[in-house]
Parts: sequence; structure tokens; C-alpha cells
Amino acid sequence: MSSDDALIEIVDVTKAFGAGERRFLALGGVNATIRKGEFFTLLGPSGCGKTTLLRLIAGFELPSSGEIRLDGQEIGHLPPFRRPVNTVFQNYALFPHMTVAQNIAFGLEMLGKPKAEIAATVERMLTLVKMTELAGRRTDQLSGGQQQRVALARALAPQPKLLLLDEPLSALDLKLRKEMQVELKRIQHETGITFIFVTHDQEEALTMSDRIAVMSRGQILQIGTPREIYAHPTNRFVADFIGETNFLRAAVKGGRAVLGPGVELPLAAGTADGEVTLAIRPEHIRLVPEGAAGALSATVGDATYFGTDSHVHLTLADGTGIVARQQTDPEGTQGPQAGAVLGVTFPPSAVQVLED
Amino acid sequence: MASRTFVAARLPGFSTIAIAVFIALYLPIAMLMIYSFNAGDSIAIWDGFSFQWYERAWENDKVKEVTIRSLIIAASAASISTVAATMAALATTRKKPFRGQTGIYVAINQPLMVPEIVTAVALLIFFASVKVATGYQGLGYLILAHSAFCVPFAYLPIRARLEGMNLTLETAAADLYATPWRTFRYVTLPILAPGIVAGMMLAFVTSLDDVVITLFVKSAGQDTLPTYLLAQIRRQVTGEVNAISTVLLALTVILLTTFFLLTRKRS
Ligand SMILES: Nc1ncnc2c1ncn2[C@@H]1O[C@H](COP(=O)(O)OP(=O)(O)OP(=O)(O)O)[C@@H](O)[C@H]1O
Ligand SMILES: [Mg+2]
Repeated sequence: MSSDDALIEIVDVTKAFGAGERRFLALGGVNATIRKGEFFTLLGPSGCGKTTLLRLIAGFELPSSGEIRLDGQEIGHLPPFRRPVNTVFQNYALFPHMTVAQNIAFGLEMLGKPKAEIAATVERMLTLVKMTELAGRRTDQLSGGQQQRVALARALAPQPKLLLLDEPLSALDLKLRKEMQVELKRIQHETGITFIFVTHDQEEALTMSDRIAVMSRGQILQIGTPREIYAHPTNRFVADFIGETNFLRAAVKGGRAVLGPGVELPLAAGTADGEVTLAIRPEHIRLVPEGAAGALSATVGDATYFGTDSHVHLTLADGTGIVARQQTDPEGTQGPQAGAVLGVTFPPSAVQVLED
Repeated sequence: MASRTFVAARLPGFSTIAIAVFIALYLPIAMLMIYSFNAGDSIAIWDGFSFQWYERAWENDKVKEVTIRSLIIAASAASISTVAATMAALATTRKKPFRGQTGIYVAINQPLMVPEIVTAVALLIFFASVKVATGYQGLGYLILAHSAFCVPFAYLPIRARLEGMNLTLETAAADLYATPWRTFRYVTLPILAPGIVAGMMLAFVTSLDDVVITLFVKSAGQDTLPTYLLAQIRRQVTGEVNAISTVLLALTVILLTTFFLLTRKRS
């Protein structure tokens, strides 16, 4: 799928480390298209291959097979210094023998830009990341947040087509991290440069990204907007990794999922008979009196009160445990009591059929 | 708990031994320095303060000649061994561990382990046959010999500096459009510089005070400052030797202090 606004196309890329017995497939056939100007996030647990994919795009590693295209040109075999792609490293990797300004100028100097242009760009970058006062400082005299800004300015100064950020915020404390999240979005907006951002923090991914690729074990499982990924996960891993989810097994008969006696949900056309796994978010589960029409009966285990809402743990007739999230009502009435038998229902639109 | 740990400083007699060792180490050096300012001719009887030995040494053409020769050899050997050591350090730290790496490590540091006299004899025999074959009699042999045994002294501080360097810095330079050569020139080398300077100074000092290998390798009339002093002392001990030694000591202390400051980790 090559469209006009595609910046990066990753086609069937694999990456294996080692050989023979020790051979390890870090990426097993990854496909993705990243659009111009996009804030694209790679999200996944530790060791799933996020850094490896980033290093392949930057040119620090070569793919074992497959193609990486930038603006339609194959770049997968080029050394890093020939790719119009810059990286913000997790440990910042600022040059300790240079000042802040010299660090920012480095890329432009290597590109052989005229002195006046370099000076002007450095000035602009310092303003962009709000570091003008510290231009002459040595980088080992900066705080973590300041180093972060310099690393960002240094990578943006050569005006790359693509900026890669490998967990740039993970070394910062929570407050600074929130601040930098906002800053990053602002800077991306002002420069218009495409960002590929790596994180294993789902909240960070959901709040910052235009689109997210969820990765697991060297594969991209799903690509979509934060809403799509959260509301319509296509497989169990994604549903489980992003937010909290209840899983229910159901029999499929004539295009309907049968959850219990008299409890049926319409499925998308063409779903074959057999068994499926359904995913339902806790906030979409409704608690109703026992025996209400279309309700599954469930026994209340315990409930945890969180202020704005409470989490009610329930056990269905078949033994499946589920969690329902209940908004606290204005009267402050007591929630369900342990041991009570209730009915649970869910709107058909809130139920996701998973692929697995 | 603390009282149970072994603390050597608490052993009976520890301070006595420590003081004795320090006296044995520094008293002779202190005496040597004091008597270099003696106005009298004796090296054992104090006769008042003067700079006469320094003046005599300064006016002694032979001293000038051997000093200049020593400095030429030390400077050349330090330069050659530092270049070799830098390359060796890069080759042994910037590559993935390879088979035979330990062997190479041992080979580089061989002069630290093999008795100096063995190296000296080996060099003597080797250079003797080269001399016969080429007819060349110059300082080249001494420079080469010194370069060889100075390599590990230059290598160790450079290697330590390289190992302490964050490898991501080189990756970052490549990411910012620096070719491998420019990465080396603008990132690796400047960061390595204190290690290289330190290694060079250590090599310089090592070459400057070498006696054994120089004695074996030198041709007639190629005395260096240490071999000259040795020859002098055999004949008669004058305050001139004290004066020269004191200057040499001062030079070494300055270089080693600089070395220490350069290799000390920045806090
Ligand atoms: N140079 C290498 N040699 C061998 N295996 C490697 C190498 N680099 C990465 N791997 C392996 O590839 C897998 C993916 O690593 P990668 O660094 O891409 O994970 P990640 O998703 O970035 O994880 P994290 O969130 O912990 O940073 C890991 O199992 C890792 O051990
Ligand atoms: Mg990683």
C-alpha cells in the first residue's frame, strides 16, 4: 500500500542476530507505512524489538531481509551518515567535549553548511527548545531535562525527514515527563517533522500519538489510531496490553455469539460457526437486577472503591472472572455487596471479536 | 561488625614498619637533593648552600650532549609508542571480542612481564645482525628499542580512557552525518586526548630513565643521561650527579603529576 503521503515504508523486514544455534529472530516480518508529518509510536513490552526496528531505520543495523523505503527510495543498505534521519538517544549521547551550541551545530557542520546558516539554525533550535541562556554550557553541567532538550535540538537541527526517539522520556521523573510530553508535541507541531517514538508506557502512547503500532515478539500486531487500538483491538495481546479487558469465550451459531441461555450478540457477517474470544472493557459492563432480559447472571466477589469509580469483581455462571467499572453515583449509595447475585449486560457495539 | 573486619593498620608494629619504609624510600632522595646544593666538594659533609654543582653541570659539555641525546630518544620513542599504543587500544576495544585477543593483550604488555635483561639481550643480538647487514650505526636502534618497551606504558592509560568512553557517542556522530573518519577525528580522538597525552608522558618518563636496555643496545659514544651518570659514579661521585638527578627527579614529578591529574576521573 504505497500512497502519496507515505514517508517510510517498511516491507517484510526481518532481523536476526547471531548464527546457527544462537540465531535469534528479533524482528520476524514487519510491515508498516508511516505518513509524512505523523507522530507514530511503537508500543510493546520489553524485548519485543522496538529498538531493533528503530536501529534498522536509522542505519545502525542492516536488515536480514526486506526493504526500508524513504520517499520511495530503498535506504535499508545505506550507512547512517547517508540517511536524512536523526535519532534522540535514550541516554542522550551528548558530546561531553562540546558546549550545548557546538552539540547542536555538529550535524550541520558535518553536512558542510555555511557558517552563517549554522549559526542561525543553532539560534533557532535553542529558542525552539528554550535553552538560549545555556548555549555556552558544557553538557555535563546540565540537568536530565536540559540534556533531553539539547539532544532534541541536536537531532532536529539538520532538518531530517524523520526523527527517531527511543524512549526519550523514560529517564525523567513523572512531573518532568508530563512536561516534556507536551513539549514534544509542540515541537513536532512547529517543525512538521515526522516522529517515530518508542515507549512501553501505554498512557504515553495513547495521549501523544497520531497512530500506534503495537508490537510483540518481533511482530507488529496492530496499527491504528489510539481510539482504534483501544476500542477495537483485533487480538488478545493488544486488548490485554492496552488498558484493562475482560475476555469471554462464546459459541458462534448462525452468525451470533451465544454467551448463555437467552444471551446472544450479533456478530459481523461471515463469522464461521465455532468458538471465539470476545473482549469487553470494564467500563462497558452494566450491572442490572438478576434475571433481567438478556443478562448473564453473576456473583459479586469484592468491590474496590477508587473515588470517581469502583471496580466490581464478578464471577459468571461458567466460572469466568470479570471486572466491571461503575461510576460513583451522585447520591453516594453503597455499591454491590459481596455475595450478591446480579445480572450483567453489555451493548453489542462494545464487544470486540478477537482473532487469536 | 566493623571491629571484626581485618584492618592491616591495626596490626601491632604496623606504624613502625610504615615509617621505616617511608624513611628508606625518601631519606636517600632527600639527602641527594640536599647535597646537590652543597657548597663543599664532599657529598657527605655539609659546607653551606650554593648552586655550584648546577652551574658545573650546566657548563659540562658532556652532560649537555647526553641530555640532548636522552631527550631526542625519549621524545621519539614516546611519539612512536603512543601512536602504536593508540592503534592497539582502538583495535582491542573497538571490535567485538575475537579469538586470540588475550594473546594480543599479553603480547602488547610483554615488556611489563618479561625480565628487562632478557629483552635487552634479545635486542642486542637482533640489532647486532642488523648492524652487520646494513652498516647503520645511528640512534635508530635506541629509538626503536625504547619505542618497543614504552608501548605498554602508553597503551594502558589510553585503553582505560577508551573503555570508559560511551560507545553511543560514536553512533550519535554517525547519525549526525559524520563519516567513520570524521567520527574518529571529531569525537573519539578529542575524548581520548587526555589518555593519549597521559600515555605519552608515561612513555617519555619510562624512556628517559632506562638503563638496562640502553646499556645493551647503544653503540660506542651513545651514552644517555642515565648511562652517563652510571659511568660517572663508577669513577668518582661529585655533587654534579646530585644536581643532575635532582633536575631529572623534578621533571619526572612534574610529568607524573600531570599524568595523574589527566587520568583522574572527573567528579
Ligand atoms: N545485538 C544484538 N545481539 C543479539 N540479540 C539482540 C541484539 N540486539 C537486540 N537483541 C535481542 O533482540 C530482542 C529485541 O531487542 P530490542 O532492543 O529491540 O527490544 P526493545 O523492544 O527495544 O526492548 P526494551 O523495551 O527493553 O528497550 C531482544 O530479545 C534482544 O535480546
Ligand atoms: Mg529498547
